[in-house]
Amino acid sequence: MSALAAHRISVALGGKPVLQGIDLSFRAGEVTAIVGPNGAGKSTLLMTLAGLRRPGGGEARLDDAPVLSLPPRKRARRIGYLPQSPQIAWALEVQAFVRLGRTAYRGLYGESAEDAAAVGSALARTGMTDFAGRDITTLSGGERARALIARALAGEPAWLLADEPLTGLDIGHQMEAGALLRGVAVEGAGVIVTLHDLPFAARLADRVVVVAGGKVIADGAPMEALAAPILRKAYGLEAGWVTGIGGPLLDVTAMSDP
Amino acid sequence: MTPKRRNAAVTAGLLALLATLAGISLIAGQVWVPLSAWSDAGDPRWLIITQLRLPRTALAIAVGAALGLSGAALQGYTRNPLADPGVLGVSSMAALGAVMTIYLGLAAQSPWLLTLCAMVGAALGVALLVLIAGPAGEATSFLLAGVILSAIASAGVALALSLSPNPWAASEIMTWLMGSLADRSPLDLATAVPFILLGGGVLLTTGRALDALTVGETGARALGVALGRTQATIALGAGLACGASVAATGVIGFVGLITPHLMRRLVGARPSGLMIPSAIAGADLLLAADIGVRLLPGGGRVQVGVAMAALGAPFFLALLLSARRRLG
Repeated sequence: MSALAAHRISVALGGKPVLQGIDLSFRAGEVTAIVGPNGAGKSTLLMTLAGLRRPGGGEARLDDAPVLSLPPRKRARRIGYLPQSPQIAWALEVQAFVRLGRTAYRGLYGESAEDAAAVGSALARTGMTDFAGRDITTLSGGERARALIARALAGEPAWLLADEPLTGLDIGHQMEAGALLRGVAVEGAGVIVTLHDLPFAARLADRVVVVAGGKVIADGAPMEALAAPILRKAYGLEAGWVTGIGGPLLDVTAMSDP
Repeated sequence: MTPKRRNAAVTAGLLALLATLAGISLIAGQVWVPLSAWSDAGDPRWLIITQLRLPRTALAIAVGAALGLSGAALQGYTRNPLADPGVLGVSSMAALGAVMTIYLGLAAQSPWLLTLCAMVGAALGVALLVLIAGPAGEATSFLLAGVILSAIASAGVALALSLSPNPWAASEIMTWLMGSLADRSPLDLATAVPFILLGGGVLLTTGRALDALTVGETGARALGVALGRTQATIALGAGLACGASVAATGVIGFVGLITPHLMRRLVGARPSGLMIPSAIAGADLLLAADIGVRLLPGGGRVQVGVAMAALGAPFFLALLLSARRRLG
């Protein structure tokens, strides 16, 4: 079983420490949500885990090898990464866009039968088959989110790291995208997402990691990691969980005294 | 029609057009050479065919293809539909490299030296672009870097030629900065074509990386693209193709800007799929422009570079206006 881990990762941006000695190990087959206030270093942590940023100290390790020591193509086959607010420069057809997920498998020219099969299956799993010929720039936010997940799935990664994949989606599309990510974990891949919506994180994730001030201040099952004292420390909020019909709800009563 | 078939149909159409234009190019000009003269090596017009029309036609095809392909690659790399070897100053840098050999008196020693220095200039141009625009180079920074590069290199061309002991400096400046296909020899052709072919082959290997760059630099790296290698490959390929072209004809602008645009409408926006159609369409465009220039009143004194600029500037304007409409 594949293992991805952060070993004492420290990162400074512009002389300001963003992450300070982060130690975490992730499990395949699980959805891990990384939450925390704006500027806590969630995105930086995710990029470092994906091998896209060289930390100032420590390292990310994939199956006991430093992620940065892997050749880019090999790394990309193992770790799929969806950036926050993804750029799409050209008006590609959805199919061509999803095919980008096979970049690390493709030869210099053309695509293999495996590539075509993986793209077809990714489109089918995300319900995007009927959109294959559509121009990606004309899709709605929800459809685009599905196309992005399809692109990641086409690469058949052992790890899927997604930076705020649900931002900007309405609640229906959030549920839909969340279910897709859950399905990826059920099939055996490790899924790590950064999220802002705490009740959603509580519903979606098997495990929640709370990052604040560059450190992990809580790590565990959602209700433990998001307990009231932690929320006070991370967000400066007086809040408690109430049991709703569909799942836990966050009841915010006040801002704590600074 | 499936995208593959559509691309094949477009490519076939462009090649058919190229064959037709090449035929016209061999016949048309100040002196019309009918096909009947072709079978007779004793015909006085035989020299026109072998020494003038054939090299000129072949050079137009090679240079047009080099510029179209380089334009498609540079647009893909910068993710900017306004990029082109001319706009980004790559061609001017090639001209500067070529002119330096004239200034230093090296060009007289060997025509290869001039071509070599033009290619070094063009590759240096791409490298400087990447350097000035920065690692996360956004579309705008590439264009600004291109403006800087183009201005400095053009000024350098003018300066070097003005300072060289050459009574025809003024007209030479003009020829380098507004390229021409007139009076090129079979030697010009032989010096340029091998490097254009080589550079084109190098550029074609970047298709996968250019496709991945659609999702930005971070996205492309996440997909397994080694950006440093892509940059080096583009600099090498564009350096060879544009450098050899400019060494043979001088700077011809806008071919690389216009053709990827037209092709995007026909074959879709995927950068790797655009490259070959853009190369053929570039050859079509430059050959057509050169035929037009030959047939203009005035006995072929208008340079094809001038004609391309006259075509390209309004095209640029139309692009800007349509971009404004989309944003507005």
